[in-house]
Amino acid sequence: MFEPKAFWTVAMGRGLLALGAAVLIVGPALFSIPQLQLLTQFLSLLVIAIMWNLLAGYADIVSIGQHAFVGIGAYAFYGFAVFAGLNPFIALVMAGATALLFALPVMLVIFRLREAYLAVGSWVVAETLMLIAGKLSAFGGGSGVSMPVSVVKELGAQPALRYETIYWLSFALAGLALASTFILMRSRVGIGLTAMRDDEEGAGAIGVNLIRSRILCFLWAAPFLGIAGGIITLQKLRVAPPASFSITDWTVYVIFIVVIGGIGSFEGPIIGTIVFFLIRQYLADIGVWHFILLGVLSIAVILVEPRGLWGLLRRIVPQDLIPVSHAPPRRRRAQTPDADKAPSPTL
Amino acid sequence: MLELQSLYRHFGSLKVIDGLDLSVAKGEVLGVLGPNGAGKTTLFNVILGVLAPTAGKIIFEGREMTRMRPWDRCRAGIGRTYQVPKPFSNMSAYENVLAGAVSGGGLPLRQARDWAMEVLDLTGLDHRTASPAGSLSLLDLKRLEFAKAIACRPRLLLLDEIAGGLTDYECDALLEIVQTVRKQGATIIWIEHVIHALRRVATRLAVLYGGAIISNGAPDAVLADPKVREVYLGVEA
Repeated sequence: MFEPKAFWTVAMGRGLLALGAAVLIVGPALFSIPQLQLLTQFLSLLVIAIMWNLLAGYADIVSIGQHAFVGIGAYAFYGFAVFAGLNPFIALVMAGATALLFALPVMLVIFRLREAYLAVGSWVVAETLMLIAGKLSAFGGGSGVSMPVSVVKELGAQPALRYETIYWLSFALAGLALASTFILMRSRVGIGLTAMRDDEEGAGAIGVNLIRSRILCFLWAAPFLGIAGGIITLQKLRVAPPASFSITDWTVYVIFIVVIGGIGSFEGPIIGTIVFFLIRQYLADIGVWHFILLGVLSIAVILVEPRGLWGLLRRIVPQDLIPVSHAPPRRRRAQTPDADKAPSPTL
Repeated sequence: MLELQSLYRHFGSLKVIDGLDLSVAKGEVLGVLGPNGAGKTTLFNVILGVLAPTAGKIIFEGREMTRMRPWDRCRAGIGRTYQVPKPFSNMSAYENVLAGAVSGGGLPLRQARDWAMEVLDLTGLDHRTASPAGSLSLLDLKRLEFAKAIACRPRLLLLDEIAGGLTDYECDALLEIVQTVRKQGATIIWIEHVIHALRRVATRLAVLYGGAIISNGAPDAVLADPKVREVYLGVEA
């Protein structure tokens, strides 16, 4: 059992998470349009961070080309909504499906590489896709194109209603990303992924299929990134290669978020996204210095605690706030082996 | 059960395993001896698929597995422990074993939970189930290596110097586990330098030197073999 103080740290942490979720649920009633837009950005970036953490933190796919799928989602959303004339909600789903479809050939290329080569390879793939997007004249070529008003109005006649709808879309996507990734991590596959996080060779030796686990994570992340790209397009109301495929916005910041929050933990991306937005909102006035501060902070956190701010907090918080790990069963089985339920070591 | 046919593993010009032939029958406990650098751990890594052989065949239960991935070999029934324990440090001892039960053991989660607890009991870790693996003592880490391997329900268990670095008392504790597993019918290949531990359970000894088997047979006969005494025990023939 935990000491009372330790118990309270867990209860407080969970209370804060619940409070944050409650604030997000009543968000549209509480906040102004600019604040709602900010929260939409927060939730979109949270989704991207959760997915990068799954790839880099568990499956050892340290991709620096994640912006490729955000960009593909953005362009696919625009294409399905504007050219195919689909309802924007269906176009978002199609954006996710397109990202998943693209993930298959991309995976075949970059999974032939490991470690630093994989990182560089994923970046090259993303930059190539951005250059190709710049050649698509129907999408405005290198300078991009704005969303037609008719498409935007399908989300709501008034701007306030539209922003609220976009907010709920990002809220639903973040909720789905968190819930489904939580279920994944609690499953048999997730136990294997957690073992991979700690020791890849050791995980292979106990039967964790490293290749299948990596493929699953890669394909898992792609549709979420694609839909996030679509939602970001709805916010920005345009697609353009440098913005839709922005390495800074959708990969560099995301790496910062996950590293500072705590790579390889479920709580890390949430903490990292909160810290990132706090710094960006309250220190943006100091100009370029806030980027320098971000860099210094991430280096300092890595040096002090490689598992990030959540790793630091775990020194006083004795268990996960979001319980993805498995506690030993309290009720013990009888000592006599039951051949039907517990197989013998030798079969 | 296991057959190694004309097995070679070269690193450039270094011939670590050089034309090795070896077979292990079901239920045997084969002790593998050899001086440092004889190729013992490389042999395990080749059997387990961590390293691909330069040439030769590995046949397990009549099925060739020379090109199989390590996790497929584990699921086919070969478990291992590491000489230097490789725990999943940020997971609890229970989760380490659970990972073996669901992955290599192929058990559904519900059944794996019971099995993991049973294995923790068997290996004497029942008092450390919730402890992070990174915080365990050397003896408990060795127990955990054992537990992870057993959780995979192997029919062939490869033990890599599990007695190294332990006191006599600790060594006895691990030997008890080996004896229990053996009584349940597991086939074991055990690399070890602690000969008195090996003699207590091994049904056969093989001595590896220069990447090949130089002596193979009943423990007493092998330990009395002049070649073995010369290359391994440092006693002139």
